[in-house]
Amino acid sequence: MFEYAPAPESRSVVSLDSSYGLFIDGAFDPAREGGTFKTVNPASEEVLAEVASAGPEDVDRAVAAARRAFGQWSALPGSERAKYLFRIARIIQERSRELAVLESLDNGKPIRESRDVDLPLVAAHFFYYAGWADKLAYAGFGPDPRPIGVAGQVIPWNFPLLMLAWKIAPALATGNTVVLKPAETTPLSALFFADVCRQAELPPGVVNIVTGAGDTGAYLVAHPDVDKVAFTGSTEVGREIARTVAGTGKRLSLELGGKAANIVFDDAPIDQAVEGIVNGIFFNQGHVCCAGSRLLVQESVAQELLESLKRRMSTLRLGDPLDKNTDIGAINSAAQLARITELTEIGGQEGAERWSPACELPDRGFWFAPTIFTGVTQAHRIAREEIFGPVLSVLTFRTPAEAIEKANNTPYGLSAGVWTEKGSQILAVADKLRAGVVWANTFNKFDPASPFGGYKESGYGREGGRHGLEAYLA
Amino acid sequence: MPKTSKTAVVAEPTRLTVRKTYKLYIGGKFPRSESGRTFVADGDNVALASRKDARDAVVAARAAQGGWAGATAYNRGQVLYRVAEMLEARRAEFVALGVSDTELNAAVDRWVWYAGWSDKIAQVAGGANPVAGPFFNISAPEPTGVVAVVAPATLLGLVSVIAPAIVTGNTAVVLAADPQIAITLAEVFATSDVPGGVVNILTGRYAETAPWLAAHADVNALDLTGVEHPELAAELERAAAGTLKRVIRPATGAVDFFADPGLQPITALLETKTVWHPKGY
Repeated sequence: MFEYAPAPESRSVVSLDSSYGLFIDGAFDPAREGGTFKTVNPASEEVLAEVASAGPEDVDRAVAAARRAFGQWSALPGSERAKYLFRIARIIQERSRELAVLESLDNGKPIRESRDVDLPLVAAHFFYYAGWADKLAYAGFGPDPRPIGVAGQVIPWNFPLLMLAWKIAPALATGNTVVLKPAETTPLSALFFADVCRQAELPPGVVNIVTGAGDTGAYLVAHPDVDKVAFTGSTEVGREIARTVAGTGKRLSLELGGKAANIVFDDAPIDQAVEGIVNGIFFNQGHVCCAGSRLLVQESVAQELLESLKRRMSTLRLGDPLDKNTDIGAINSAAQLARITELTEIGGQEGAERWSPACELPDRGFWFAPTIFTGVTQAHRIAREEIFGPVLSVLTFRTPAEAIEKANNTPYGLSAGVWTEKGSQILAVADKLRAGVVWANTFNKFDPASPFGGYKESGYGREGGRHGLEAYLA
Repeated sequence: MPKTSKTAVVAEPTRLTVRKTYKLYIGGKFPRSESGRTFVADGDNVALASRKDARDAVVAARAAQGGWAGATAYNRGQVLYRVAEMLEARRAEFVALGVSDTELNAAVDRWVWYAGWSDKIAQVAGGANPVAGPFFNISAPEPTGVVAVVAPATLLGLVSVIAPAIVTGNTAVVLAADPQIAITLAEVFATSDVPGGVVNILTGRYAETAPWLAAHADVNALDLTGVEHPELAAELERAAAGTLKRVIRPATGAVDFFADPGLQPITALLETKTVWHPKGY
């Protein structure tokens, strides 16, 4: 293997303030209670900025601003709301380099991914839903669809800006106003988005951003004047939110965890399948709810496939997220690194065989080498629990029926992968998989026109496409 | 030994009617409650379902779900239409139970309406997605699985919650309010080619059985349309959160079951599956 010369993306396109307030009613404002917290670059542990931590009174103010703005915003003709969303989409395109660098700094994801995947999709989501704003009567949810009101939205740290787009674009297109809480480890791109809203001259109060940790989110979700709650995150927190919302009449949509099976049949093109497996579990350091974290390989090709997979894994480059050659960036936080470390240790204790390519980890920051476990059974915790890191569990099967049974043997049901050259087999297996997204001979593909969401304990509702409008229409 | 007197008037013996025993409806059969309990409703002893009966009904519903969802939409539509035929043919029984002609008409018509949705809902609720790339990308609705239903008391109410649940391939465990109407409807199902286990009906006190179903890990959705107490509804919804069940909440005011129900009763119990495949040579 030859060495690559470093190819770092410049940080100079982004200017960071030393501290940020909350974005309420069109203005940045320090928290009146709750104080501040620091957000760090997970690749270096460098403090990037100090961010306001919203307390109950701050959330109250944000919800009140959204409520005040709701009347006018929902009364606007759809064609006018559409124009605001088109403006936002354009500004995102124009500032996408800044946003990509900022996202990689705050999240630790490789610039290659934030630049080539996250940002184009963020802009595309605003474009897509902009076009729906004046066509809601044709969406199939009744002749007179109406917005619900104030939406309280809580999003995770794995795709901070993309999840913001998935939440805010359909909410605004349908005439709702929003209070959004980004994750405490990745608040910066949402605060940058607040500036995008100002540039687009979006009326004050239509979008409000409150930063803070779990208790800020819990307060927002429980707020009596929030009409709709949308959450993306862990199944555990999702359960808690469903309990909070029960009996209140608030509408709820949830995008939760997953433990996706990536099924490789013996006639699959091995090289393409290996690329798909790598993309399925090592994309975004495995911080992906729909990651293909369980590899199910047909026994007859297991050895050949594993050899190819290990060879391919040896070429993955781990390191500086801002280097354009980096495949695997930093783990988002010390807490997440601890969870990944704990679960992988349990994997070894429970008897699975662990393997990682030779891989030098930087001295500072949070890092975890790409890892696979072979000899995994369905009873192993690494085959049942979501690890949310670059860790793949490999199981084998003999017949399609066994593959389907193992794939469905999980309380989750978000996504699945199928690799085979046989079209009839793809269709038959895809039919039987209990998952909201099935990628056949591909993996981790997303598009604003395409519904995304889970079965069973992976949550309810769909985001994206015409289906994604339903969560925001009464 | 009684004596007969030639002078006495011998009355023509009056015929005793054969009464119907109202039992539960589980897995296509009519068992008594395993608990042996009954209660009196309008003079009849009817089965008082236990939590074990509720669990048995879930087992039956789960066993039937794959086959029912795997049947073609055309076939499911035919079976539902057959239910309408049987319902029409048994009008007199429901009239005897106090169901008005107007409501019966509406119930039969509603069932026919839902029968027609079986092979149309996928086209209305699914579709091909125009994604930006060389991919075949299609979304189709699928049944969510086993649905526990707390049903309203009337025949039209029952039909309005059962038909939309099963038309797409879900199976149902129904907690019924009016036992005679519900079990008579079960007899309609039993004679309509509806596979055993697709609809299971429990009579008794739903406040006793519903919490078990709301928390049951093998129930995918909970329809609370027939719950009359908001506090119980909230409690059941909280229990359902443990397994992230899909929940249909009870309406806040009175429901007009005669009105056009729209598509929501069907779509609320569907998942959307999106399949991607590359296109190329």
